[in-house]
Amino acid sequence: MADEVILLDFWPSMFGMRTRIALEEKNVIFDYREQDLWNKNPILLEMNPVHKKIPVLIHNGKPVCESLIQMEYIDEVWPSKTPLLPSDPYQRAHAKFWGDFIDKKVYASARLIWGAKGEEHEAGKKEFIEILKTLESELGDKTYFGGETFGYVDIALIGFYSWFEAYEKFGNFSIEAECLKLIAWAKRCVKRERECF
Amino acid sequence: MAERSDSEEVKLLGMWASPFSRRIEIALTLKGVSYEFSEEDITNKSSLLLQLNPVYKMIPVLVHTGKPISESLVILEYIDETWRDNPILPQDPYEKAMARFWAKFVDEQIYVTAMKVVGKIGEERDAVVEATRDLLMFLEKELVGKDFFGGRSLGFVDIVATLVAFWLMRTEEIVGVKVVPVEKFPEIHRWVKNLLGNDVIKKCIPPEDEHLQYIRAHVIVSSCVLSLGFV
Repeated sequence: MADEVILLDFWPSMFGMRTRIALEEKNVIFDYREQDLWNKNPILLEMNPVHKKIPVLIHNGKPVCESLIQMEYIDEVWPSKTPLLPSDPYQRAHAKFWGDFIDKKVYASARLIWGAKGEEHEAGKKEFIEILKTLESELGDKTYFGGETFGYVDIALIGFYSWFEAYEKFGNFSIEAECLKLIAWAKRCVKRERECF
Repeated sequence: MAERSDSEEVKLLGMWASPFSRRIEIALTLKGVSYEFSEEDITNKSSLLLQLNPVYKMIPVLVHTGKPISESLVILEYIDETWRDNPILPQDPYEKAMARFWAKFVDEQIYVTAMKVVGKIGEERDAVVEATRDLLMFLEKELVGKDFFGGRSLGFVDIVATLVAFWLMRTEEIVGVKVVPVEKFPEIHRWVKNLLGNDVIKKCIPPEDEHLQYIRAHVIVSSCVLSLGFV
């Protein structure tokens, strides 16, 4: 029986992007369904009753919520193609730690850049740069966060790159000036996507 | 699989009253893994802790053969993948994803909301209690027809949700608010009884009297700090 894979998503979501990329990496054919977040579809409310948020991955009728959990699920269900996580338990833990860090830190501080004013906005900008520098330090001189292969941590972070220009405009600063290596990494990821897909 | 050698060192930097630290002890004990426990003074963090967890500077940190792992949910998965006896997570990818979902829900939703009860009074407190109960109702429904979240035996979500059973529900006694009344949450109460029937749980949770004293002292400090406007 062929797999039925549906993704409920919202086009600018950096979280939805993770799941889209993971499915593409695995060459999984899926039905992308754009959601109106201001007028939520009954299917979204039924498939994610706890959070009522996108992205929701529906595999053969069963919903999986939360983008990092979806990435792990995708990696486990389609294991033979392009592993997203390493097989060594310590390396896996390391990757999950950084994925979790990205989840906890990046969105919240970026939100203050475009959503807050005055002191809160400045504090958000400062914190955002510090967070990116921490990630840059973790990246080091590696091609990707996992080393030579594009994987889980890269996918967890890359969606935010498409928002960088917006953050820069709202924050009146240059992310590249602060985090040159990280921007180089992002450009490598984008170039890779163009060459692969 | 080759026998693990005795020279494989397992060390846990933790704190006796922390639910995040205790859950690691539960997992290691369930798996029969010997470990050295190092009690951290979280008001005066050791240089070892700061070195092993430079990002968050928090316990718990598991150190295995010299390599540190931080963040309790990440540590739990590492333990499950490294020591394969008595699996904590289900094998099936969908069931595994659901377990991860509920664990994250406990930590990021229930814990964060419930913590706000402390130091609040009146209508503000009532609102937080209501919000916490709304979240707990999802767990209540998950337990219908099951002895544990993991089914017939303890699993990942049970270990993580000990936070509800032995921290949230013990704090109720101290703050004098029944956040989890039995008439509204019969399944959760039944589940707590099941937990208390398990030897590993009994061994690994903080002793009740000392724990209640600790919570009482903590609540008093938090209330003072909040009422003086420092937070």
